[in-house]
Amino acid sequence: MLRIECPWCGVRNEDEFSYGGDAAVDRPSDEGSPDEWYDYVYTRNNSAGKHTEHWQHVNGCRAWVIVVRDTVTHKIYSTVPASPNLPTGKAGVDQT
Amino acid sequence: MHYSALSLIKHALTGNRGWTRAWRNPEPKKQYDVIIIGGGGHGLATAYYLARLHGITNVAVLEKGYIGGGNTGRNTTIVRSNYMLNANSQFYEHSMKLWEGLSQELNYNVMFSQRGILNIFHNDAQRDAFARRGNAMRLNGVDAVMHDLDGVKKLMPHLDFSKNTRFPVTGGLAQPRGGTARHDAVAWGYARGADRLGVDIIQRCEVTGFRRDGDKLLGVETSRGFIGAGQVGVAVAGNSSRVFKMVGIKLPIESHVLQAYVTEGIKPLVNTVCTFGAGHFYISQSDKGGLVFGGDLDGYNSYAQRGNLPTFNHVVAGGVTMMPCLARLRILRQWGGVMDMSMDGTPIISKTPIDNLYMNGGWCYGGFKATPGSGWVFAHTIANDKAHELNRAFTLERFREGYLLDEKGVGATPNAH
Repeated sequence: MLRIECPWCGVRNEDEFSYGGDAAVDRPSDEGSPDEWYDYVYTRNNSAGKHTEHWQHVNGCRAWVIVVRDTVTHKIYSTVPASPNLPTGKAGVDQT
Repeated sequence: MHYSALSLIKHALTGNRGWTRAWRNPEPKKQYDVIIIGGGGHGLATAYYLARLHGITNVAVLEKGYIGGGNTGRNTTIVRSNYMLNANSQFYEHSMKLWEGLSQELNYNVMFSQRGILNIFHNDAQRDAFARRGNAMRLNGVDAVMHDLDGVKKLMPHLDFSKNTRFPVTGGLAQPRGGTARHDAVAWGYARGADRLGVDIIQRCEVTGFRRDGDKLLGVETSRGFIGAGQVGVAVAGNSSRVFKMVGIKLPIESHVLQAYVTEGIKPLVNTVCTFGAGHFYISQSDKGGLVFGGDLDGYNSYAQRGNLPTFNHVVAGGVTMMPCLARLRILRQWGGVMDMSMDGTPIISKTPIDNLYMNGGWCYGGFKATPGSGWVFAHTIANDKAHELNRAFTLERFREGYLLDEKGVGATPNAH
């Protein structure tokens, strides 16, 4: 069971959350080249180790958060709101 | 050593002291014509068919652990070819035909058992979708049979057929030629077959990098030194992204963990492979009597060969809804395998941007049944430097070009395929 610290609700079980995929992909501008769009839609770093990813606290406050997690050990390094305009709450706390 | 009833009797009479190792344990040579990275079922099958059908015997299979210790030993052993899209249907049916003769071909009992697979459905819309799939299968020469409720009751008498059940069963689509095989025996059979044809199987040899000259590979750096190669085939599903990162290629793949479970052994209860239509759950019974079952991915990127509890709860809830008598059983073992989840749910067996490097991966969770066909077409692709008709559609470039093979129609969301 992953224990994810929602910046607003505190540490909660993973089944309150829904996975939203790799948060490190860069959306190209509307004028982006086909190659940039191909990279954005299809290719992924898929790293074994630290991975930055979206989760939604869908059975909680429904906020989107960005989690840095190790894909081999499942250690969670940080959880911050997905929007840069929001306060970070208790984010950045190291969780094991 | 050829295996036969006569050899069994002979060795039984001499105290079983004369059996020899099924394959050698050679030191790596300096140079091979072809190196296959990954000693799972797919890599070993590729080496076998390279030697057997294409006369290329100066081949090494490099495995970082022991052969068959990855996903070949971490699946639910189901074999089927009940796909709808033409390219998938034709490829998996070719694989099915190879399964049907595999024990004889390899002189090794892979315990292939065509007990059939039954996909049950619960409403009219599902019935229509399955009828469409069944018709598509039959147009491609694959066996498919629609069953009404009575037909399902005959095949799977222990499903929940009660009046007030949440998801009443209304029928099922069966592929009678589907079934199961013994996963370890597939790896061992191909390893022995390849070894007898001169292929070197090198275990505990991890590839750590590639040596290249422009667009051409010279060979691979390994934990046992540099090994030169004319061509390199990569069959490391689960870890394809990590290997291709060594040559700077970013793949349309995410790695996810899929769990499976087996219960304590019981008397015969499930005599076909059966899948639930109102959730993701599939079950069969092993020859030892354990019920082998699985369901969804855990859902988030993972290289951990173990799963988490919420998915276990979800899978078991689906199973007990479909077949309430399962609630009385105890789970004996649980395991997880790391899957290459491709962006359209279909594998990649293809040439790559590097001239003499070939890729076999992106198997999602359908790799085991494809083992013979995958090796067969991958060997053809490497030997001829050109895809076979059967894997022509499984290119790495199809994502860029828009020729996706999305059987489920869910788009570029790897955890949903």
